[in-house]
Amino acid sequence: MSAAKMTVSRREFLADAGILAVGFTFIPRLARAESLGEPAGALLAPSADQLDSWLVIARDESITVYAGKVELGTGVSTALRQIVAEELDVAMSRIAWVQGDSTLTVDQGRTVGSGSVKRGGAQLRRAAAEARQALLEMASAKLGAPVDRLVVRDGVIAVESDTSRRVSFGELIDGGRFERTISGRAPTKPVSAYKVVGQSVPRAELPAKMTGTHVYVHDVRLPNMLHGRVVRPPRVGATLVSLDERSISGIRGARVVRKGTFVGVVADREEDAVNAAKALVAKWNADPVLPEASRLYEHFRAQATTTRQVAQTGDVDAALRQAARVVRATYRWPFQMHASIGPSCAVADVREGKATVWSATQGAHQLCAPIAALLGLPVENVRVIFTEGSGCYGHNGADDVAADAALLSQVVGRPVRVQWSRADEHGWEPEGPAMLFEMAGAVGADGTIAAWTYDAWTPTHGSRPTRDPATLIAGRLAGVGSPPGPFAGGGGGDRNARTNYRLPNERVTSHPVASFPIRTSSLRGLGSPQNSFANECFIDELAVVAGVGPVEFRRRHLTDPRAIAVLDAAARRANWQPRSSSPSRRSGGTDDTLAGRGVAYVQYDRTEAYVAAVVDVEVRPDTGVVRVRRVCVAHDCGLIINPDGVRNQIEGNVVQAISRTLKEAVRFDSARITSLDWSTYPILRFSEIPDAIDIELIDRPDEPSLGAGEAATSPIPPAIANAIFDATGVRVRDVPFTPERVRAALRR
Amino acid sequence: MAIRIRVNGSEHDVTAAADTPLLSVLRNDLSLNGPKFGCGLGQCGSCTVHVDGVPRRSCVTALSDVVGKEVVTLEGLGTPERPHPLQQAFIDEQAAQCGYCINGMIMRAAAILARTPRPTREEITTAMSGNLCRCGTHLRILRAIERAAQRTAPAPTGREG
Repeated sequence: MSAAKMTVSRREFLADAGILAVGFTFIPRLARAESLGEPAGALLAPSADQLDSWLVIARDESITVYAGKVELGTGVSTALRQIVAEELDVAMSRIAWVQGDSTLTVDQGRTVGSGSVKRGGAQLRRAAAEARQALLEMASAKLGAPVDRLVVRDGVIAVESDTSRRVSFGELIDGGRFERTISGRAPTKPVSAYKVVGQSVPRAELPAKMTGTHVYVHDVRLPNMLHGRVVRPPRVGATLVSLDERSISGIRGARVVRKGTFVGVVADREEDAVNAAKALVAKWNADPVLPEASRLYEHFRAQATTTRQVAQTGDVDAALRQAARVVRATYRWPFQMHASIGPSCAVADVREGKATVWSATQGAHQLCAPIAALLGLPVENVRVIFTEGSGCYGHNGADDVAADAALLSQVVGRPVRVQWSRADEHGWEPEGPAMLFEMAGAVGADGTIAAWTYDAWTPTHGSRPTRDPATLIAGRLAGVGSPPGPFAGGGGGDRNARTNYRLPNERVTSHPVASFPIRTSSLRGLGSPQNSFANECFIDELAVVAGVGPVEFRRRHLTDPRAIAVLDAAARRANWQPRSSSPSRRSGGTDDTLAGRGVAYVQYDRTEAYVAAVVDVEVRPDTGVVRVRRVCVAHDCGLIINPDGVRNQIEGNVVQAISRTLKEAVRFDSARITSLDWSTYPILRFSEIPDAIDIELIDRPDEPSLGAGEAATSPIPPAIANAIFDATGVRVRDVPFTPERVRAALRR
Repeated sequence: MAIRIRVNGSEHDVTAAADTPLLSVLRNDLSLNGPKFGCGLGQCGSCTVHVDGVPRRSCVTALSDVVGKEVVTLEGLGTPERPHPLQQAFIDEQAAQCGYCINGMIMRAAAILARTPRPTREEITTAMSGNLCRCGTHLRILRAIERAAQRTAPAPTGREG
């Protein structure tokens, strides 16, 4: 498909966007894309193989890039801009950025799995290189000089020997388009020539974020817009028995919308919608469907009826039989939340058989189909426009709230903005799965691991929306799509189930929990933090049996020089002193604390970024309070695009991982989730953060870039657990390490 | 009946119930998007504004409570072109990821620095502990506050003493 078939004209888009009461900063820039002048038509994404789909150069020399990958707060839109600016030889300030619009941007796949720089950046680099090549060929003809005699400088191409013979990108394009297929053969710059890539370029959107002018999805307002709120069942699996609409008759302009078990309210003013949602009297019916929290892991075992062999090498059973001593350990991880600071929000305008949805979704293109099915519209009549939300850290409520807004808007025939309450967010976001691990292993006479078995039980880590509208809460409650049943989904729990250690006799088995009444899905790193917790704690336990220090013991089982390099760098950075693996039980800074340090190493997803961490903790035996004082991280994500951006991601991963390890567990009873605010789901506060996070970035200019959005989470939980062991001599194996648990473990 | 309030130095007549959360009025009636809805419970701090110079959670502050008082929002501190020293320090330290909590961080920090121009790190962490950040940008936020304090506070020359 050529760009000419590209759907809604960008002119039409301007008309749409122009009605936003709050101006989008990109609208004036987009006006420059008008020169494209596509005919109006179906709302389908531009084709990835056409250069015009990716970037538009206007007469005024401005450049607009259309990226499918979106800014989720990680700074990736700045990194991607650096890649384009570098390859195109233009100043970054001239590049306007349009992202995640199902009609205007190429579908680059969801913005997930730390893939935006690695895969999305590679696509943008190819497109920019193709554009540069095309412009050089045009300039060659115009200036009468061969391409290899031309130089490009900030959007101007000149003859090298006589730079007065020059022509600008805008003059060459002259309001037209490239009409060129991306060959993939356009030369890209050698890394040695990079000027922008590799620099800590400040993030483009931060001045607006610091001054309140950045437009989040929460800030989108349309004329004639109503405010909506959802009224969710109070118990998991409940059905609606009755609804008393008169209960909100005293609230100005408030109106109830009901479809099946889906209930919402709308009002002209936001506070009226909030009050109506609180006041609405509804009767619900439900039997308790959740297992007792104390029996959760037994429930997992009972529900897991199939197994998956992730890895099997050598003869594990024979090795265990022959072992002088078999070490066994059980580790547990609870349900955790994304816990975004801003509850999920979306704005939808569904009228005259067309739907436009402003959403913080990770997949604008992917969200069109289930929304269309929910509304009973052809998919080409649905357009989803990504608008940044609060940080999501994976599959949170962004898609669901978009469906809520769309359904409400369709019923009332006006634009509707829905923002979830805090309790909606905590109680209805897709939770990060709990996991259970059973490990067994043995150390051979040579001081290396002779046998290693891993068994893990987990519900799904992937229940993102498919084409089926029942994969969205609104569709499910409204009874649209597949019949209700337990939420199912794909895998993701196996991420880092197998280590990268050289293990001659190894068996890694996963036991998927077929279904669980609470919906679970992708939380930053999917199974990687949990699996790494079990694996990296267990290797520490085996090191004790081997009588070898934890850094040295890991080193013995690594062959990849990049793995060894991060481990050594973290140890060096932390001034790691070679020691035996037995606990040091050092006194902490004060008389009543014990100090310890732990190490862990993970290569994210076994093929992505390498990370090692050394964590220093202080433990108060009387209270059980664990404090992480210092974290040293060594991080290798290949070619670094923006060092400060990578550091910011590492720091964020570390702090969030400390929070998950020390504090976070979703509480629930037999009927519902009971962690519904920040007092029942506490996260790390300023008073609890480490004194320092000391980072060593290992740049590998000759290696492809790898993602940095998730990797540094994984080694933190085990490094903390190993540090607690070093401080106290006690293994803690149940996350989170709350004061009560640690105190109890120390008394055992 | 309209209620008159003073925000960022200007008078505004707002037609809303007296018990309407100030946050709702600031955002929806005055289009001031700096303050953010985070919890509606006064637990997270992302809606923080100043009322007569004191940091307040606007999600649990009634419109009628600020009549006759001076409300200042993030927009009242500075603009992208002319940022407040704290806003500039946050930019310099790249002290945000998603930025949703940042309104509360800057407003809270501005109140701290107004009272204590050269706070210790412990004073800052204690005062900031009621504000939640999920991206884990805490250390950058602390550095930004310290940077702003160094930039704006009078040098301790001891001349007054």
